[in-house]
Amino acid sequence: MLDAARCRADFPLLQGQEHGHRLVYLDNAATTQKPQAVLDAILDYYRTTNANVHRGAYGLAIRATEAYEAARERVARFLNAWAPEGVVFTRGTTEAINLVAGAYGRANLRQGDTVVVTAMDHHSNLVPWQILCQEKGAALRMVEITEDGRIDLSDFGQALERQPKIVAFPYVSNSLGTVNPAAQLIRLAHAVGAVVVVDGAQSTPHLKVDVQALDCDFYACSGHKMLGPMGSGALVAKPALLEVMPPYHGGGEMISKVWDDHSTYNTIPHKFEAGTPNVEGAVGLAAAIDYLERVGLDAIAEHEQALAKAAIERLSQIDGVVVYGPRGHRAGVVSFTYGDVHPHDIATILDQDGICIRAGHHCTQPLMRRLNVAATARASFYLYNDLEDVEALATSLVKAGALFGYVPA
Amino acid sequence: MDTSPPEPKLSALYQELILDHYRRPRNKGTLEHPTYAVSLNNPLCGDEIELQLLVEDAVIRDVRFVGRGCSISQASASMMTHLLKEKSVPQALTLAGRMSAMMQGDDAAAKDKALGDLRALAGVARFPVRIKCALLPWNALTDAFKSRA
Repeated sequence: MLDAARCRADFPLLQGQEHGHRLVYLDNAATTQKPQAVLDAILDYYRTTNANVHRGAYGLAIRATEAYEAARERVARFLNAWAPEGVVFTRGTTEAINLVAGAYGRANLRQGDTVVVTAMDHHSNLVPWQILCQEKGAALRMVEITEDGRIDLSDFGQALERQPKIVAFPYVSNSLGTVNPAAQLIRLAHAVGAVVVVDGAQSTPHLKVDVQALDCDFYACSGHKMLGPMGSGALVAKPALLEVMPPYHGGGEMISKVWDDHSTYNTIPHKFEAGTPNVEGAVGLAAAIDYLERVGLDAIAEHEQALAKAAIERLSQIDGVVVYGPRGHRAGVVSFTYGDVHPHDIATILDQDGICIRAGHHCTQPLMRRLNVAATARASFYLYNDLEDVEALATSLVKAGALFGYVPA
Repeated sequence: MDTSPPEPKLSALYQELILDHYRRPRNKGTLEHPTYAVSLNNPLCGDEIELQLLVEDAVIRDVRFVGRGCSISQASASMMTHLLKEKSVPQALTLAGRMSAMMQGDDAAAKDKALGDLRALAGVARFPVRIKCALLPWNALTDAFKSRA
C-alpha cells in the first residue's frame, strides 16, 4: 500500500496554498511536482560536481562525466534497456520521437512507404511523422479507436496489411488514460517487419516498464512527468539500430574526427548528443528514479488506478458529467465534460478552490474530433494524490454547475 | 497579492448577462454574401470562431459568427456582433481598441457606455489566462479587415 500523505510531505510545492485552499494538484499528465530528493540532487550537482562532461582532463570534469554516465546507467536499469549505450538523453519525449523520425525515418523511409500512427497519439507522436511522410512522399495511416477509447485492433490489423516501415503508438493515452496492449501491438507490427516506436511519456511514470520484454525498437520518455526536472528525458533504443542510424544534430561531442568538408562520428549514444548535455537534468532524473523505485512502481500503478476508479464513480454521480475513455483497466487520467459548462470555465472555477486541472484538447486534436468535443477537462493523478483530492474535485465541480445555473436536461 | 475572497471574483466573472449570451448567442450563423470573412482559433485551447461581415460604404450592415469555445469567448462574440451593426469600420476598430484596454484593466474603458453589454466582461481582466478568450472574436474582427472575403 502506498502512503500518499507520506509522499506528499516530500514535495515542498505541495505544502503551499492556492487561493487560500489546500493545493490539489491534478495535472500530473502535463507535468509532475518534484520531491526534495530531486531538488537536492540538482543543487548538490551544481555545488559539488559541475563541469563540462566528456572533455576535461581534470578531476571535477571527470566526476561530472561520471555523474552523467551513472544517470544513463540508472535510466537503463530502470527501463531494462538493452544496454546503457542504448539510452540517448534528450529534452524529453518530443525530442526523442523527433530524433527517431529525423534520423532513422529520414534514412529508411522511401516514397510510397507507410507510417502507422493512432488516433489517440499526442501531437508529439504524430506531427514528426506527418513532416517525415510529407518530405518522403510516404503515406501516413491513422488507426481508429473504439467507442470506449481503445485502439481498434481490427483497424490496427488492417493498417498492418500495408506493410508499414514504422508503427508508432502511445503506451498510455494522455487524454483518456487507456493502457494499450503494447506487447501485443509490437508483436503484430514486427510480424510485418515494421520498426516500432512507443511513446512512453505517460507510461514510464506510472507503471513498471521493461523495454526488452515489450521488444519495441524505440521507446521515448520525459523526465518531468516522472518527478524529474523539465528538459530531461530519454530515447531508449536497440543499440544495433542506433549504430547504423545517421546523426540527428551536428556539433561538438557527437563527432570523432572533423575535416574541412566532412566528419566522422562518435560512438553511440554520444553520436546523438551534440553539444553540452543537460547534466543537471540527467542527475535529477536519476534521483527521481531512485524515489519512484523506493515507493515502488507497482504500488504507484495500483494507487492511481484506485484514485481514477473513485473519481469516475464520484463524477458519474453528478448529473451532466460525461467521462471519456475505457471503464475497465486504465491509468490515473480522467477526462470529462460537464453539461454545457465549458472545460475552460470549469478549470477557472476549480482554480479558485486550489484545484489544478487541465482543460483543452491535450495536444490530441484528432482524438477530440473523434470524441466530437472541442475540449475536455482532465484530472490526472500521481502518488501524492488521495481520496481527499477526488472529493475536492467533485465538490468544486458541483459548485461550477451551480454558478453556471446548469440544469441537467 | 490578491487577498479578496474567491466567491465574489467568480461571480463577477460569470455574470448572468455573460451566461445569457453564452447560452443564447446573438447573430450566430453565416451570411450569404459576406464581404469579409475570417477564421481564427486559439491553438492552446481549441476555441474557434468564424466571423463574417457585410460591409457597404464602410459601414457594417450585418455580422454573424459561428464557433465553439468557452463562455467568455462565445459571450464576447455574441456581444460584439450585437454592438457592431451599423457601425463604421473605423468605429469598429475604435471599439476593438477599447475592448483591449478594458482587458488590460483600464477602468475608464470598463465604464465606457460605447462597449454596451461587453462591460460585463470587465472582470476577465483579473483572470489573465482568460483574456485571450475574450479577445478571440475581436482579433478575428481586426484580421477580417486585413483580408477581403
